[in-house]
Amino acid sequence: MTYIETIGQQLAETLKRYHADYIEAHLEESQSGNITYRGRKLESIGRRTAIGGNVRALVKGGWGFVSFNNLDDLPGRIEQAVKQARFVGNEESRLARGEPAVDRALSQLNKNPLDIPLLAKKQLLEEYNDIISGTPGIKTSVIGYGDGRKKTIFINSLGSYIEQERTDITLRLTAIAAAGNEVQQCGLSLGSCGDISAIQGIHSQVEQLAQRAVALLTAPQVKGGEYTVVLDPILAGVFVHEAFGHLSEADFIYENDQMRQIMTLGKEFGSPRLNIVDGAAVPGLRGSYKYDDEGVPATKTYLIREGKLVGRLHSRETAAKMNEEPTGNARAINYHYPPIVRMTNTYIEPGVTSFADLIADIKEGVYAKNWYGGTTSMEMFTFSAGEAYMIRNGKIAEMLRPVVLTGNVFNTLKNIDGIGNDLEFNQGGGCGKKGQSPLPVSNGSPHISIQHCLVGGK
Amino acid sequence: MERILDKAKKVAEAAEVFMVSSEETSVQFETNRLKHIESKQSTSLALRIIKQGRIGYATATSLEDSQNLVDMALETAQFGTEAKFELPALTTYPRIAVHDPAVAAVANEAMVKLGEAMITRLIKHTPELLCEADISRGTVSVRIINSRGGQANYERSIFGLGIEGQLIRDTDMLFVGESQSSCQPILESDTVAKVVLEQLELARNRASVATGLLPVIFTPHGVANALIMPLIAAFNGKTVLEGASPLGNRLGQPVFDARLSLWDDPTLAYRPASRPCDDEGIPSQRTPLIEQGLVKNFLYDLQTAALAGKKSTGNGHRGGGPPAPSPSAFIIAPGKTTLAEMVSDIKEGLVVEDLMGASQGNILGGDFSGNVLLGYKVENGKIVGRVKDTMVSGNVYQLLKQIAAIGNEVKWVGGFLNTPPLYFSSVSVASK
Repeated sequence: MTYIETIGQQLAETLKRYHADYIEAHLEESQSGNITYRGRKLESIGRRTAIGGNVRALVKGGWGFVSFNNLDDLPGRIEQAVKQARFVGNEESRLARGEPAVDRALSQLNKNPLDIPLLAKKQLLEEYNDIISGTPGIKTSVIGYGDGRKKTIFINSLGSYIEQERTDITLRLTAIAAAGNEVQQCGLSLGSCGDISAIQGIHSQVEQLAQRAVALLTAPQVKGGEYTVVLDPILAGVFVHEAFGHLSEADFIYENDQMRQIMTLGKEFGSPRLNIVDGAAVPGLRGSYKYDDEGVPATKTYLIREGKLVGRLHSRETAAKMNEEPTGNARAINYHYPPIVRMTNTYIEPGVTSFADLIADIKEGVYAKNWYGGTTSMEMFTFSAGEAYMIRNGKIAEMLRPVVLTGNVFNTLKNIDGIGNDLEFNQGGGCGKKGQSPLPVSNGSPHISIQHCLVGGK
Repeated sequence: MERILDKAKKVAEAAEVFMVSSEETSVQFETNRLKHIESKQSTSLALRIIKQGRIGYATATSLEDSQNLVDMALETAQFGTEAKFELPALTTYPRIAVHDPAVAAVANEAMVKLGEAMITRLIKHTPELLCEADISRGTVSVRIINSRGGQANYERSIFGLGIEGQLIRDTDMLFVGESQSSCQPILESDTVAKVVLEQLELARNRASVATGLLPVIFTPHGVANALIMPLIAAFNGKTVLEGASPLGNRLGQPVFDARLSLWDDPTLAYRPASRPCDDEGIPSQRTPLIEQGLVKNFLYDLQTAALAGKKSTGNGHRGGGPPAPSPSAFIIAPGKTTLAEMVSDIKEGLVVEDLMGASQGNILGGDFSGNVLLGYKVENGKIVGRVKDTMVSGNVYQLLKQIAAIGNEVKWVGGFLNTPPLYFSSVSVASK
């Protein structure tokens, strides 16, 4: 038995003895490694182990939370969390309780990426780096590889005891081109839940990446204004995450009357062809798991079905307060933080239109691919494309400097007028919320076209 | 820590142990009510070794398993970067006040009262406003020892106060907010509340702005959103060394407006970004980066400085990984113009307070583009209301070459930037 297993079993006995409406504890052990290159040179290589935990208590609607690396005085930590919760609480606690779960969901992976020798990983990264550095016009590159495995134990006062393992791999490649005072960069992000083959054999993609960075040096900047915009699956995935996903997180809604009105189930958000899903129960993606960090089983939740709002993402507390079912979306990036409502794998379901048909009727538009990043304020969102082209008379035309797109969530979903027949997932992203970043998520979509999208530019 | 250093010294030519421990408590309000109290204890331990000239690096969260830490560092050292630097020997550090025991003595009750006072005052002004507030106190202690006898340790206290308000009418959302931080207790919430009240007043009416090139004033918060990220990247000695900084070969040259001065300063008393030494044990110093428009210096840690043939500027920072150059706090010198004078100079233009997503683009090249989350239209010298559905884009280097005016009042933003408002006469604005 590992150190945290021993402690976990002791805790399972004691958690019920405290006077609180609900208590949960997390224990976590993790190992991770990273390799970074800047230019031809290896920048850093490191290994990390961590162990820690937290206790969260609910008393009369108030929460207390205590996190720690030092596991010596757990009864003291529990008392502190309960005391804090009692200090805060002054109403009735409401929490979706559900059936307690006792389960071991251990990794199904044949090969732990941490067991792959550093030398082999280094060789792979150097192959990619050679391709980038060898491209004429490239000034430098940044490559960041990371892998990690963690084991978590979740225990609550309802009788749940869940052991889970999670493995994560990420690779980010950036090619930087420079000429005179001009600097341009192109990036590629990949990831998987532990399968190293997701980042192997991408040599031709890396070559294109480097060539694109060089081409950007002479690419024009788009003229700012409204355009019909076609997004590739990767960027459309970022779009659905930013433009709608965050709005579905019930912690933004449950105690906010105006938001509840805006997000009334049944309300029309898009065309009848639009379907949006989030779910950790969709297997094999970076946002997949069996139980969330409140011990609730993962689900697959339709957020929008045939253009209408039909669901949202919940924690135990938001579900109870909105009289809806929990969806298993309470997540924390690690034991330092309490679980909050988060997305998992978020995607637009594919439609029937081919890419050629999507762009056929566009006289002047923008085709935007890949992502730099994105953010949302609930009402407004912005996200940026790593790669963009003008669309002229139904054809892809000249390459553009990276573009930033922005819009109003409520109008923009209605402005989606074309949904492609392909579906691809972006596994390279990480999501940030309330200081917890990056959380492994995936998002996906077919190609989509959006009317009247505001593009920043000259 | 000494035990780990001893073990590491036996197997490597040089070694350094870095440990940071922190305790933090925060009280959090949601939808105008007290909701959470959080306490966090954390410890992080990093071992850096040099073996056969190469750097090995490993971290852990406990002092217990010292052998494993040394083994991991040894494993990585086989492939590590060639070390070009020498760890610092025992030295003296400047005395910089960053610890006030009064912070740890502030009771949860007092922190709750601060939050309640802020929220009560804002709701009195705008009853439909929904606020989230966070009041926190904490202590961080840092200790560094190395095989050349170098050692440093200090303790820092931090107190923070922040509030965000949300006002929804139909699907129209307004976000306002302000925060403040210090190494000393902040025992009044008036300063923060006043800023938010003013935002609510200015945003009361809606206004629309034309697409085109317009005069734009960036408030200190707007400067932080739009203009600072590219400068952080460009003044990083590592970016310079790689040839990816647009400023790399411009040292001593007039790249910016002759009135612009910028420096990095970790030596200011009771500022959360201050410290007597950096994370490699190099004494803190004030480093001029732009002096009257001329590029003066870049920021270095030990390794980057050695590779570039420079000296460390005491900017070795560990953001969870091995040390790398990073600013402590950017300070921009104030000018002579009041904000009111800037506004009265504008016939049609914008004041930008919050630009969402501005640093998603080509940061190295200095490009920015963002959605105006909070900003106001100026018409005939007066702020007339809040704008929406508006993007502001530009290039930091083009803008900072010719600044219309630099504000005379500076303000701290997020603990890492102290700046006056900056006013530019022609910035690209796209609007629906």
